[in-house]
Amino acid sequence: MADEKKEKEMLEDVTSGEYKYGFVTDIETDQAPKGLSEDIIRLISHKKNEPEWLLEFRLKAYRHWLTMEEPNWALLHHPPINYQDIIYYSAPKKKKELNSLDEVDPELLDTFNKLGISLEEQKHLAGVAVDAVVDSVSVKTTFKDTLAKHDIIFCSFSEAVRDYPDLVKKYFATVVPYTDNYFAALNAAVFTDGSFCYIPKGVRCPIELSTYFRINAANTGQFERTLLVADEGSYVSYLEGCTAPQRDENQLHAAVVELIAMKDAEIKYSTVQNWYPGDKNGKGGIYNFVTKRGICKGDRAKISWTQVETGSAITWKYPSCILKGDYSVGEFYSVAVTNNYQQADTGTKMIHLGKNTKSTIISKGISAGKSNNSYRGLVRVSKKADNARNFSQCDSLLLGDKCGAHTFPYIKTANPNAIVEHEATTSKISEDQLFYCQQRGIDMEKAIGLIVNGYAKQVLKKLPMEFAVEAQKLLAITLEGSVG
Amino acid sequence: MNKIKKTRFPLEEIMLKHIAQNDKKWSEEDLPEMNVLRKQATEYLLEKGFPNTKMEKWRSTDMQPVYEEPLTIYDEAIPYTKKVNEIFQCDVHGFNTKVISLLNGTYYSKENEKLTVSKEGVIIGSLAYAKKEYPAFFKQYYGKIAGEPSDGLKAANTALARDGAFVFIPDNVEVKDALQLIKIMNQPNLAVNIRNLIILGKNAKLTFLHCDDSINHHAGFINTINEVFVGENSSFELYKLQNLNDETALLNQTYIHQERNSNVKAMVISLNGGLIRNEISNDLKGQGAFSNINGLYLMDNQQHIDNQIYVKHSVPDCESNQLFKGVLDQESKAVFNGYIWVAPDAQKTNAFQRNNNILLSDNAFVETQPQLEIYADDVKCSHGATVGQLDDEALFYMRQRGISFSDARMLLMYAFADEVISQISMEGLRLNIEDMVKRRLRGELSICDRCVLHCSNPEQPVIFDIDMSKI
Repeated sequence: MADEKKEKEMLEDVTSGEYKYGFVTDIETDQAPKGLSEDIIRLISHKKNEPEWLLEFRLKAYRHWLTMEEPNWALLHHPPINYQDIIYYSAPKKKKELNSLDEVDPELLDTFNKLGISLEEQKHLAGVAVDAVVDSVSVKTTFKDTLAKHDIIFCSFSEAVRDYPDLVKKYFATVVPYTDNYFAALNAAVFTDGSFCYIPKGVRCPIELSTYFRINAANTGQFERTLLVADEGSYVSYLEGCTAPQRDENQLHAAVVELIAMKDAEIKYSTVQNWYPGDKNGKGGIYNFVTKRGICKGDRAKISWTQVETGSAITWKYPSCILKGDYSVGEFYSVAVTNNYQQADTGTKMIHLGKNTKSTIISKGISAGKSNNSYRGLVRVSKKADNARNFSQCDSLLLGDKCGAHTFPYIKTANPNAIVEHEATTSKISEDQLFYCQQRGIDMEKAIGLIVNGYAKQVLKKLPMEFAVEAQKLLAITLEGSVG
Repeated sequence: MNKIKKTRFPLEEIMLKHIAQNDKKWSEEDLPEMNVLRKQATEYLLEKGFPNTKMEKWRSTDMQPVYEEPLTIYDEAIPYTKKVNEIFQCDVHGFNTKVISLLNGTYYSKENEKLTVSKEGVIIGSLAYAKKEYPAFFKQYYGKIAGEPSDGLKAANTALARDGAFVFIPDNVEVKDALQLIKIMNQPNLAVNIRNLIILGKNAKLTFLHCDDSINHHAGFINTINEVFVGENSSFELYKLQNLNDETALLNQTYIHQERNSNVKAMVISLNGGLIRNEISNDLKGQGAFSNINGLYLMDNQQHIDNQIYVKHSVPDCESNQLFKGVLDQESKAVFNGYIWVAPDAQKTNAFQRNNNILLSDNAFVETQPQLEIYADDVKCSHGATVGQLDDEALFYMRQRGISFSDARMLLMYAFADEVISQISMEGLRLNIEDMVKRRLRGELSICDRCVLHCSNPEQPVIFDIDMSKI
């Protein structure tokens, strides 16, 4: 009994843990008025000096969006989103063109330091090129010169539109067309910036590329777009991290990520998502509606998604792989943690089109507090995908008796040579393991941290080094000690 | 969202017309409680219409061809001139069953008895008559778990079903002989709505065989709802055997309510049928309840099978198992949607779910969704699904030892199906079904075999191309 009480207290301790990254940076921002209309879209397009074709694309997407209805199939509950109450464009006020890091707003640099992704430090030590996106506009891209040596293009989306219009035109919106879904259409209409990356034929990207997203201004929505193209025989590992300051209102984040892997190319895309999840009463937090999709266009291409989802009031995210090339491989590794009133409905789609394609899905859900955590995934094997192979494993761990863990796999197979397997378990932390640890003098809190980390290990070890450390810390912050 | 439907399918029109014509008559016949349900269902049908593929639960099963077929509803029972024995030549091996039958949706008995009451108080008979004789049961049970119209076809059944089987087993009565319900359609282009009500008191026991057969090649649509109440410590076994022609569409919804320490075993064996959809909704309402839902489907041609299983753990300490296996050949399509829902306080729940499929042809299609929705932490829940083919190595092993390819294949498929069949506890029935499945896998079984219990000969051994005993 005493133990139970202790456990409950610990759970409370953890659930009342404050959001570490909840600070607001005082930067002057250039904002559009609230609301969404064709005029706003024209304004965004104008502010960004966009070519005519892109404006046309935005308007088409907007008109299509107007005809669509918000999807309601996910196991998520939230008050209706008022799309007219959002600021669709917010940029740090530009004083002048920036040429070196020294010219970046010192307050902004401070923000990055607080986030632990100091540009300078990373420049020297980690060898990570960071394209930091604050409120939708890419501020400074580091390591551009190093990358230029390998002819790798890594820049903000608006620069890409300006400098490499042919490349952008060729690949943009080919994987996620604006008609894809409600949020993809919204993003296509109002996206403000994002990252663009092109790895030329046969190049192995020497450093890990990284984007850091952060929503700063109040009432703003962030709609960025990432387009990553790996040409024949190339390799790239891309990291994405997200944080947002603590605010009472719900903020909307509707991003689109498109990956294209040509013949023999490999893309590894890792995300650590730590948007503000709202306070312990479920007030505030980010609504995260993201469309991520990659296509293995050529034979033997490989796309691997790894994600650690700890933040956001609502997560609606299904990084998918279209396995078009023969012998192509899709992977999805995910750890999703929900606490307090967070809701996550996340998973993946593996679409097998080519012969001998393979996919692996490992999903680990951890729910605590009063949160709900769902895995929703589709594995589709088309008629022509001979010898397609899929293995899915979706485990859920429940910490506390007020939370929910759900699994909704969809398996569609139209090929007699395909082998598709799915398995899932739901359980709570093993008392035996806890007892074992405590017997050996490890206190409850640490023991839980240990067990949860062990549980998520299979996914965490897929993350690049720099991120694995951060992800482990995040897991500990979100969860340690929480057992009910 | 609440838009009134503008265009209607022919079947909707016919049904609504039929309701309008008979509403007055039915209102006089029925109990006030039933009238309320009927009215509610009619309004739902008027407003929402039949389910379509845009609805999540119906995404994979397109009923539209059925809605558009020129089907008719008969007012009265269609008299059948031949003797009943000619339709139901019952020759049951190894066990006794009491047979009750529904001919084109109307209760039909050999002696024209509409209700029989045994000396222990077991009531078996026609639903239409039972509601007049025993209104108290209807007030207490009818429509309590299947009354809420949650989709158009369920509403249509509530609004239109006039007859079906009624079974009541009083407290402390164990019914020895299995009760066998045979539904036969022998008229062309019929749409029938059947409603069965089965009530088990405390410490009662019943085995129920539910056979769907057609004896000709006419198209038809059968929409059945079974409402089953299983009392404390009671045990209920349900076997559904489906062997229909390729033109028939069968919709079978079973709602089972379980009290404390009750035990339910349900098995669905689908051997043939143009379009079959089985929905089983099992609510475990009392602590210690146990449920076991299994299924086997062997489909070919352009047959379509859809199994929708919903198990709800409302209270702690219950256990449920689901095991569905299927073999799909030619252009057949199978859909499995298993759902386990565990309530916030339903601790110590054990729930398992598995769906295995074998695809034999390039054009067969499987869609499986084993789903879990869990709100309690001290539970053990797992699910699994596989889609694959016969093990090449096993085939090779057998062929190495002189077993022909087709025999080896047959043996493997049979072994695959056996996991489900072996769970049938009535030996006579199990032998029969084993035989049926063997013949089905060899492609020898046709709808002429009618009910599984009739024509098959379980003593007959499986004949192989070569004499196995000499190897």
